[in-house]
Amino acid sequence: MDLKELYRDVILDHNRHPRNFGPLAGANHHAEGNNPLCGDRLSLTLRLNGERIEDIRFEGSGCAISTASASLMTEAVKGKDRSSVRQLFERMHALLTQADAAPDPALGKLAALSGVREFPARVKCASLCWHTLNAALSSNAATVSTE
Amino acid sequence: MAANLPLEKNPPAFDAEAVRRDFPILATSVHGRPLTYLDSAASSQRALPVLRAVENYETHSHANVHRGVHALSQAATAAFEGARERVRRFINAASVKEIIFVRGTTEGINLVAQSYARPRFGPGDEILITGLEHHANIVPWQMVCEQTGASLRVAPINRRGEVPFEEFLRQLGPRTRLVAFAHVSNALGTVLPVKRMVEAAHAHGAVALIDGAQAVPHSRVDVRALGADFYTFSGHKMYAPTGIGVLYGREGLLASMPPWQGGGDMILTVSFEKTTYNELPAKFEAGTPNITGAVGLAAAIDYLEGLGIEAIAAHEQRLLELATSELARMPEIEIVGTAAHKAAVLSFTMKGVHAHDLGTILDADGVAVRTGHHCAMPVMTFFGLPATARASFGCYNTEEDVARLTSALRRAREVFG
Repeated sequence: MDLKELYRDVILDHNRHPRNFGPLAGANHHAEGNNPLCGDRLSLTLRLNGERIEDIRFEGSGCAISTASASLMTEAVKGKDRSSVRQLFERMHALLTQADAAPDPALGKLAALSGVREFPARVKCASLCWHTLNAALSSNAATVSTE
Repeated sequence: MAANLPLEKNPPAFDAEAVRRDFPILATSVHGRPLTYLDSAASSQRALPVLRAVENYETHSHANVHRGVHALSQAATAAFEGARERVRRFINAASVKEIIFVRGTTEGINLVAQSYARPRFGPGDEILITGLEHHANIVPWQMVCEQTGASLRVAPINRRGEVPFEEFLRQLGPRTRLVAFAHVSNALGTVLPVKRMVEAAHAHGAVALIDGAQAVPHSRVDVRALGADFYTFSGHKMYAPTGIGVLYGREGLLASMPPWQGGGDMILTVSFEKTTYNELPAKFEAGTPNITGAVGLAAAIDYLEGLGIEAIAAHEQRLLELATSELARMPEIEIVGTAAHKAAVLSFTMKGVHAHDLGTILDADGVAVRTGHHCAMPVMTFFGLPATARASFGCYNTEEDVARLTSALRRAREVFG
């Protein structure tokens, strides 16, 4: 079992120094994500202008995987429109769940999370933020849970 | 009672290596490393005599109980009722009528909540629990409060993870009808002064339920010496299979309670106009019970008593002290739960490393610990923590397990830099 595959430098860095962390002033979309089994809590706030995510920030507490995943996600989706976010979501889903998924160049730094799929108990840590983003983008923002 | 036994000057030496050979699963390797099992508070492993008793029953004696005149049904009934008598002796209950087989501690508490509390409590009545409780000793009472209009009170804990007795007394009042508390905290290992708490509850006219899930494998429990009205525990935390547990209740109380589930075995006569209920303990055991589990539980009790519960407790206490002093020397570790009186559980956090990351890193070294809120979210909230890692000890753990834990913790520190 190679822990370095899971805890790559990019992940440790984003865990230690999460990007886009804190509340977003002037946010118009919001969702909460919970992982009751772990106690992970995630709050996403974003400003959507038409179809485009102008800005996005997150708050909460969680393990290194969930914190780094949320941090990397905010960087990746900022400035993107809904349809490209949906494509990213599907690519991430494949990356986290398909054993033979080839690294998708479109994922950029998000590909650092590929080691998670060797640790099935931790997949939900990495996917919590993406499910929460989906909820925030839908009109009925609600609390999502990965359980 | 244990207190009446002559004290042994030199308790028998405890041969943990010999004990380990009784638990085949401990020879498993995990990710290519020897298994270091430090999660017995979540579920303990099974001893060979338990496995053999289960296999023997399933191979030679199984049929339904209390139903047939044929030889196997009688053998199964004898095994099942023999297990009940074994439990009675183990906890020193007055009668087998006071021993109800349930799925586990959770079901035992729910039975009392629905059958004792729900029919008799109403608005203004109070149920008192403590801030240390497992969700299984919180939620059933919240449900009863919703159903009856009774209210739930909570005796607070202090920073050491103890329930100060004066605080507990302050929460007791003329409207307190029932008091429910853990014998040993699953999240922190705190041993509660249950005998004094029962006496205080009785002085206020309340009945007392003790959640003994974490106590029974680690200490001699005498329900009559404790004065408990209800005492409940699970087989799978004391080296028996899952799906079997015990609710002890004083006969007078159980007799006054309506059945909580209907079905076969709990009736005397059934017609569409009127059904009459069976006597104790069958009144509370609707349907075909977990016969195999009861057989395994009786074998586990034999095993525990064969090793000597006092000897096991002394062995685990040595490991707890060793692990506590080893972890206290690591500056990045904070031990959560520092009660003066603890049993077999060590909860902790590591600075800069979330408990779940710690769990994964320890697992890579074959070290199994529990990480999370331990089904005790109010305890975590009190300490302002989302989660802790918890190492818990059983009769088969050794000093080498403690050494493997500390070396895996050093590795976690390295991974996170």
